[in-house]
Amino acid sequence: MAHAIPTVVSGSAAPPPAQRRSRTGYILLFPGIAWLLVFFAIPLVTLFATSLQVPVPGKPGYFEPGLQFSNYATAMSEYWPQFVRSLVYAGIATALALVIAYPLAYFIAMKAGAWRSFLLVLVVAPMFASFLLRTYAWKTILADDGWITSTLNSLHLLPDHRVLNTGIAVVAGLTYNFLPFMILPLYASLSKIDPRLIEAGGDLYASPIWTFAKVTWPLSLPGVVAGTLLTFIPATGDYINAQLLGSTKDHMIGNAIQINFIQFRDYPVASALSFVLMAAILILVFSYIRKSGTEEIV
Amino acid sequence: MSTAEHRVDDLHLRHLTKRFGETAAVDDLTLTIAAGSFFALLGASGCGKTTTLRMIAGLEDPTSGSIHIGDLDVTNVPPHKRPVNTVFQSYALFPHLDIFENVAFGMRRRGLKDVNGPVMSMLELVELAPLARRKPAQLSGGQQQRVAVARALINRPDVLLLDEPLGALDLKLRRQMQIELKRIQTEVGTTFVHVTHDQEEAMTMADTVAVMNSGRIEQLGHPADIYELPRTAFVANFLGQANLVEAEIVSASAEVVAQAHGNTFTLPGDRNFAKHKQVIVGVRPEKLTVLDHFNAHLVPDSNNRVTGRVTDVSYAGVSTQYVVRTPWEQDFIAFEQNMVVGDRCEVGDEVVLHWSPSHTFGLDGTQDVNAGISAEALEETRAASSLGGE
Ligand SMILES: Nc1ncnc2c1ncn2[C@@H]1O[C@H](COP(=O)(O)OP(=O)(O)OP(=O)(O)O)[C@@H](O)[C@H]1O
Ligand SMILES: [Mg+2]
Repeated sequence: MAHAIPTVVSGSAAPPPAQRRSRTGYILLFPGIAWLLVFFAIPLVTLFATSLQVPVPGKPGYFEPGLQFSNYATAMSEYWPQFVRSLVYAGIATALALVIAYPLAYFIAMKAGAWRSFLLVLVVAPMFASFLLRTYAWKTILADDGWITSTLNSLHLLPDHRVLNTGIAVVAGLTYNFLPFMILPLYASLSKIDPRLIEAGGDLYASPIWTFAKVTWPLSLPGVVAGTLLTFIPATGDYINAQLLGSTKDHMIGNAIQINFIQFRDYPVASALSFVLMAAILILVFSYIRKSGTEEIV
Repeated sequence: MSTAEHRVDDLHLRHLTKRFGETAAVDDLTLTIAAGSFFALLGASGCGKTTTLRMIAGLEDPTSGSIHIGDLDVTNVPPHKRPVNTVFQSYALFPHLDIFENVAFGMRRRGLKDVNGPVMSMLELVELAPLARRKPAQLSGGQQQRVAVARALINRPDVLLLDEPLGALDLKLRRQMQIELKRIQTEVGTTFVHVTHDQEEAMTMADTVAVMNSGRIEQLGHPADIYELPRTAFVANFLGQANLVEAEIVSASAEVVAQAHGNTFTLPGDRNFAKHKQVIVGVRPEKLTVLDHFNAHLVPDSNNRVTGRVTDVSYAGVSTQYVVRTPWEQDFIAFEQNMVVGDRCEVGDEVVLHWSPSHTFGLDGTQDVNAGISAEALEETRAASSLGGE
């Protein structure tokens, strides 16, 4: 009991626990905020400023600060097709990745038993090779004299008689390259499902298909949302796949940005394109998250 | 809820066996569970209770044997087509659905359209109607348990399987839910198969108790019958407590006489299950009378008796528990009702324990007398008796 008095005194001198805890929170947040500020917020502002610059008269490739909002109109009118193509290609690739990844993740999470970790290593193993290298490999796989193209041709399935340098190749490359980003979140949410819930579905007269539709699928939605976002967002902005596997007719917005930055040195248009892309993705993502109502799902 | 017209059938398990690799979790189980009865499956952890239930529900394929409901062989029927529902050990409520939808799940899957009325009246039965729109995570353990019962029961299964549904609840809520479950069972008349390792729960709730040990049923019957006349040392020790003495039969006719440590015990022939001379003579603690040795002459001549010294007395309100050390260093336990004031024996007193032969039972002497006592409990009594000696 004698110890109680000094404790009370020192307690009243120090800030109340709740306040102390929130201060610890801020301290822990600091590195992250500093990082975001230096490497995200400041470049973002710079990028925005660049997108409004005006050309210096008589000096091509040189720009000075300005407020030329028409840069956006120029950029969009010129690169509208690439922009739409990006969203379409990324959308198809995401849908394909989901269709391929879901059964795979389901198998690994529910049926693989002791093989789980081995199979997960296999899923991420391709990522140990460079992105560029893997995409080059697809050039060989889809080559005009390769077995895939010749098989598809013998079945008369290809309108252009080739795969490489078409949109099909670009979508295939995107699907392949971002597949692990779909599998891993799906696996994470599927492996969290209590197998007894699936048994309970069967016990309550749901056939395996109904149990999947009413129990497994809804409970895996957080993984579906995370996986589709992690696939769709980088796929939309990607330019390597379109550059290596597609023709100029298959270029995406990433290629347009890259060409304007590196080749044409038209920094304002490149920046404007980047900004529109970012805004479009943000709007899409937010409406998607709202619609799928992830916070509703436990 | 009218249930009178709801016809239910007996559940038959025949030579049901389940092996996981080498070990038999359930070993050649044959039993019939009467329609509409409250059947308790009682046994220590790992004895195969859950495996038995899972086979009845169709969640586990038997290695051999068959399961019939009435004349219908359901052994190979998938779970969603069996007239059986389960209340899972951890409830397994669907976290993404509210209480109403959890309870409606089975009816919807069977394609029934008008679920509103039945679901609400079922929720009323378990007194949860006001919480219909809550998610399971927003309910207390006891409420979740009632949802799990409602979700299973609404389907009017022939058999309701309950896998230790009260295991996670505290003692008070547990007693309350025991009464509740019993009430619901009486009201709907469905066959309940209730798994538990709480012997008191099994005895108070069930019409029939089966004591299970290592995948086999050791004894099955009305709780009082099993308690009064256990057939094996495991049952004697697992269901309540028992004083067991290893003895040798010296004469057997209508009355069996056995001897051990210079004492003679008699018991009716029909209460003896020893096949050979070796016998375990047993008696329940509450059947013993404790007398100070000065009053030894009051013991009826026909009664069995044992002398010893009191090593522990614990007063528990309605009764007093005595631990009495016999000359051959065995501890006898006796429960005495506290009906006389100021006449209790004390630690160190020399006493005579006596009981009627009709309360005595004889078990096959080849088994382990300590079967059914957990290792910790054995350790505890050993520690307590060595303390009591000082
Ligand atoms: N899937 C399985 N694979 C291997 N062995 C199993 C499996 N399921 C159960 N067993 C074994 O079968 C035996 C019986 O298990 P079961 O779950 O039926 O016990 P229980 O009586 O329900 O125990 P508890 O009271 O602890 O729930 C145990 O020895 C257990 O280890
Ligand atoms: Mg169990």
